[in-house]
Amino acid sequence: MQKELSKRPSNDLSNLVIRFSGDSGDGMQLTGMQFSDTSAMMGNDIATFPNYPAEIRAPQGSKYGVSGFQVQISDKDIFSPGDELDLLVAMNPAALKANIGDLAPGKTLLVDSDAFSEKFLKKSGYRSNPLEDGSLDAYRLIAVPMTKNTQKALEDFDMDRKAKFRSKNMYTLGIVYWMYGRDLDHTIEFLEQKFEKKPLIKEANQLVLRAGNIYAQNLELIATHYQVRPASLEKGHYRIIRGSQAIAWGLVAAAQKAEMELFFGSYPITPASDILNELVKYPELSVKAFQAEDEIAAVSSAIGSSFAGDLGVTSTSGPGLALKGEAIGLAMMIELPLVIINAQRGGPSTGMPTKTEQSDLLQALYGRNGESPIIVVAAHSPSHCFDMAFEAARLSIEHMTPVLLLSDGFIGNGSEPWLIKKLEDLPTIRKNVAQDPENWTPYTRDKDTLVRQWAVPGMKGFEHRVGGLEKHEKTGNVNMVPLNHEAMTKIRAEKVKRVENNIPALRVHGVQSGPLLVVGWGGTFGALFTACKEIREEGQEIAHAHFDYINPFPKNSAEVFSAFKTILVCELNAGQLVKQFRSSFPKMNFIQYNKIQGLPFTNGELKNKFMSILSSGEDL
Amino acid sequence: MSETIQYTHKDMASDQEVRWCPGCDDYVILRAVQRALPKIGKKREDIVFISGIGCSSRFPYYVETFGMHSIHGRAAPIATGVKLANPDLSVWMISGDGDSLAIGGNHFIHVLRRNIDLNIILFNNEIYGLTKGQFSPTSKLDQITKTSPYGNTQPPFNAGALAMGANARFFARVSGNSLKEMQTLFVQAEKFRGSALIEVMQNCPIFNEGAFDVYNDRAQRPNTQLFLEHAKPMIFGAEKNKGIVLKGLKLEVVTIGENGVVEEDILIHDAHEPDPTLHTMLVKLVNPIITGIIRSVDELTFGDRFIGQMNARKSAANGKTFNDLVVSGETYYLK
Ligand code: SF4
Repeated sequence: MQKELSKRPSNDLSNLVIRFSGDSGDGMQLTGMQFSDTSAMMGNDIATFPNYPAEIRAPQGSKYGVSGFQVQISDKDIFSPGDELDLLVAMNPAALKANIGDLAPGKTLLVDSDAFSEKFLKKSGYRSNPLEDGSLDAYRLIAVPMTKNTQKALEDFDMDRKAKFRSKNMYTLGIVYWMYGRDLDHTIEFLEQKFEKKPLIKEANQLVLRAGNIYAQNLELIATHYQVRPASLEKGHYRIIRGSQAIAWGLVAAAQKAEMELFFGSYPITPASDILNELVKYPELSVKAFQAEDEIAAVSSAIGSSFAGDLGVTSTSGPGLALKGEAIGLAMMIELPLVIINAQRGGPSTGMPTKTEQSDLLQALYGRNGESPIIVVAAHSPSHCFDMAFEAARLSIEHMTPVLLLSDGFIGNGSEPWLIKKLEDLPTIRKNVAQDPENWTPYTRDKDTLVRQWAVPGMKGFEHRVGGLEKHEKTGNVNMVPLNHEAMTKIRAEKVKRVENNIPALRVHGVQSGPLLVVGWGGTFGALFTACKEIREEGQEIAHAHFDYINPFPKNSAEVFSAFKTILVCELNAGQLVKQFRSSFPKMNFIQYNKIQGLPFTNGELKNKFMSILSSGEDL
Repeated sequence: MSETIQYTHKDMASDQEVRWCPGCDDYVILRAVQRALPKIGKKREDIVFISGIGCSSRFPYYVETFGMHSIHGRAAPIATGVKLANPDLSVWMISGDGDSLAIGGNHFIHVLRRNIDLNIILFNNEIYGLTKGQFSPTSKLDQITKTSPYGNTQPPFNAGALAMGANARFFARVSGNSLKEMQTLFVQAEKFRGSALIEVMQNCPIFNEGAFDVYNDRAQRPNTQLFLEHAKPMIFGAEKNKGIVLKGLKLEVVTIGENGVVEEDILIHDAHEPDPTLHTMLVKLVNPIITGIIRSVDELTFGDRFIGQMNARKSAANGKTFNDLVVSGETYYLK
């Protein structure tokens, strides 16, 4: 196919951060996704961050309805959606008001001037029109009558005003594509497929996309345009993957690798629902995605499926995890594989469902009655979600115990290029299946790993009963003898502890010893990694270690810690991993840096913090 | 798979010592199950018992099959997971009035709504036994219990009516001291494809002695209980002269030979009638209480639909694997 190109722009830019913002009905998520996909296909590395309101369709033009999508594209490997905006797109005054604070003076601002009507200005709390009162003088303001231009472009189309209005986001995208020298063909093709059955809407959107692109080309105002050259990513076969999709796919891969069927019991909750939305698509891959009547039924059905030999998985977000606690305890007690995915959101209680936070770590570790240790792991980026979902399943099957995988709304909704993995690229998963009914009881264990042998219904001679009541160490019969209970409690703890022999060592990025080690876990990886790297490029010694495995910790953790003078634990919570460190490594000293705003760390705030520690020198 | 194994009830007993109070109807139910299992044509290793929490829920420990004694109220979703993982298993759910109608109420209605192929035995003793005598959602109004010292102020559920409301396709009721009838009903429940619910009026001699005497007592039973049989007239009574007729929108008890009533006037039981109206009226009768299979309506099971859809998609997809998924849609090469 002949490539349809925007005119090649002149200036090169190594890195670009754009935020698209508008009403939740303005289609900004789709616009941002299209820009990201196009850029990735042109060879850039990308990282995205959708930020949408809790209300699906809040009143038009109101502050509650502002939805955003941020993307960073780069010619180098990048690890976060960035925080210094180069371009802010604001489709109305409310979007401008909510986002202008993040735009540094001198940067570019693109707005739909038609949306700055008196009514919308008032709704968003502006006393005068910022496009006219000089308050935006510090920025490179590009005001385009996008609504009118879209209507004009579609004059000859037999559609109502509303339908025409809905294609306005393509006009915006056309402008932005021109500004940054992006090809149109990916989006043209996307529209071709999306509206295959609605040719009129398809043509309208394609026309409007081109109209915006041509408008920008012809407009004197947009005199400079930039191009971001391809990134130096590893060669290979890629696709763009969203975090929640990566989790779903990692689970599918693990089940196929282990030659099991995947049973996925879930109940809709933000932001975890996307994993369920994804997995229901794949019955042809033997995925049994079961939408249950509630969170408890979801986890319970997964436990039942595991008992009968499937890979049982459930997913949820914070409040749902609280409901699942008792059942997770049962799976721990009867020592069955179970993967629990918790896509964290702002808590406590209902909290901030669409905002990101890392505040469920202690719930993951301790949120069950009794002594109830389980494996806890965390994903640190959208594509890493694939690896950790696979890992969670592998550990759960190999160690016959629940594994809780923590992700969050930030990486679950984010997307980035993923170097495609096939089954042959993935490690084998060993099932510990019982062989000899004569010498078997439900709690016959491997002497090294303490893992019990799995016998599922249908296996002749292995008929047995398990349950939540305490069991005899050897026979597996109900037993409440004091010393037996103590022995079983210790065995269950030791079994999880020994998982440390089956996970990779903690890796340190940067210097291997020195004045400052920055420690994080989960979705803050990109921000921490980038900030540390930039500080190293400025000539300072700083290192970063990220915990993908939290219970148990990697075996070399203490050794890593002891090579640094100061250890700074950065978390989007009030200090949960650091609490765990303090009790696990009582002789070491940890300091902490926390942010609890429902937002990711910014590069600026991290670098400031790190620099202030590095410059305060000796007596920290 | 043509090998048939001849089991006796002894093969179905585990080596565990049974620990219910002496005189408890649970013993009778256990004996009935152990006698029914050899008749269902399933191998021991293909049978699974899942229970929740409560006196009844100790049940799986006593049956020599696969089993799980789970957590309070959650037997239904666990059994659902077992059945969906392996549709060839015969899955039995053991539960009580507290387990299924209080803490597990949500699962109870949804399992019936979906019609997954399970045999559900509801041990209804109208009391909490394991926690020692608190009123349950089926305890009678004004009943004195440990937590209602001045009389129960919470009107009870009728388990059958609740089941009808949840669109149960199979509902039977039986006395907890009727070994023979239970045994037959359990075999019929297993044969039925779908959620088969059997409510057992189970006497708890310790905390609710005599709750069902009026129905279960051998001497009173002929006049207080009507054991339904499909396609037979609804006749009962020591002299077999009482019957049920429909008068207006109500069921009425009449005596044959009085007021011009003849046997032909008596309703004929149709357990297979899809419209649940009459079945719902029958489960609500208290004098006499209606037992036997009240409703048994064939419909696709949840497994038929859910696993059926999966299998259809699989054969259409022609051996598609994960490796096909990852290269589907838009991908690109970096060189
Ligand atoms: S408490 Fe009642 S129901 Fe429970 S075992 Fe004893 S008699 Fe049976």
